[in-house]
Amino acid sequence: MNLRRDVFQAIADPTRRAILFLVATQSMTAGTIASNFDTARPTVSRHLKILTECDLLRQEQTGREVYYHLNPEKMKEIADFVEPFRKLWDDRFNKLETIMKTYQSQS
Amino acid sequence: MEQKTKVHAEEGKQELLITREFDLPLKLLFKAYVEPHIVEQWMGTKVLKLECKRHGSYQFETTDPQGNKHGFNGVIHEFFPDRKITRTFEMENTPFTVQLEFLEFEKLTDSTSKLRMQIVYRSVALRDQMLQMPFAYGINMAHNRLEDVVKQLR
Repeated sequence: MNLRRDVFQAIADPTRRAILFLVATQSMTAGTIASNFDTARPTVSRHLKILTECDLLRQEQTGREVYYHLNPEKMKEIADFVEPFRKLWDDRFNKLETIMKTYQSQS
Repeated sequence: MEQKTKVHAEEGKQELLITREFDLPLKLLFKAYVEPHIVEQWMGTKVLKLECKRHGSYQFETTDPQGNKHGFNGVIHEFFPDRKITRTFEMENTPFTVQLEFLEFEKLTDSTSKLRMQIVYRSVALRDQMLQMPFAYGINMAHNRLEDVVKQLR
């Protein structure tokens, strides 16, 4: 559960979210990513480290360069985490609808 | 197919929004929130008390499959028939603190209606925890099922 909480902490930061959006389109080196931000390079490196640690980003060695790319599986997990909550309410409301339809036809 | 129930939980906010369109006239939708025996059916709970009026209160009791009883209660702050209910909601004997709920009922057509439920939590962390509860529960269930299967294999 701890790792999971880290993922949500990771995406709570606006710079880290911006990094994810940036890398979503194509793999990039740390240098290219950093050049898109006014933030100091070590700060961007720290963000990259956090995103990599919680598996949202993956590193790939191409020649001498390390490229960062998005891990879509992990991203999907975040998108899906609200789904069981939604499903719970959906089931409840479906039940309400069914009960009231019966009620309506009876009265 | 578009989902009938939508949950909107903006990152870093201590509230969430649940919206749902019903194939029911507004009056019937509202009735489902007011009549104790109907509330009991769709909420799957026992209604001990339900005073639908300003400064009224309510008390529900749910029995889980293990036979444990769970209490829920709240106070009704505003009550406008077929339009709006503002109330608090609290799960008894849990670390979760009380939450504030704004329920707005709206007529779409003569036979359809819409519910907009805004829930405000004490903190962002608490909201996220509540959102994750069914998710965590689902994971636990999956683990339990896995355990059962593994036990049978032995």
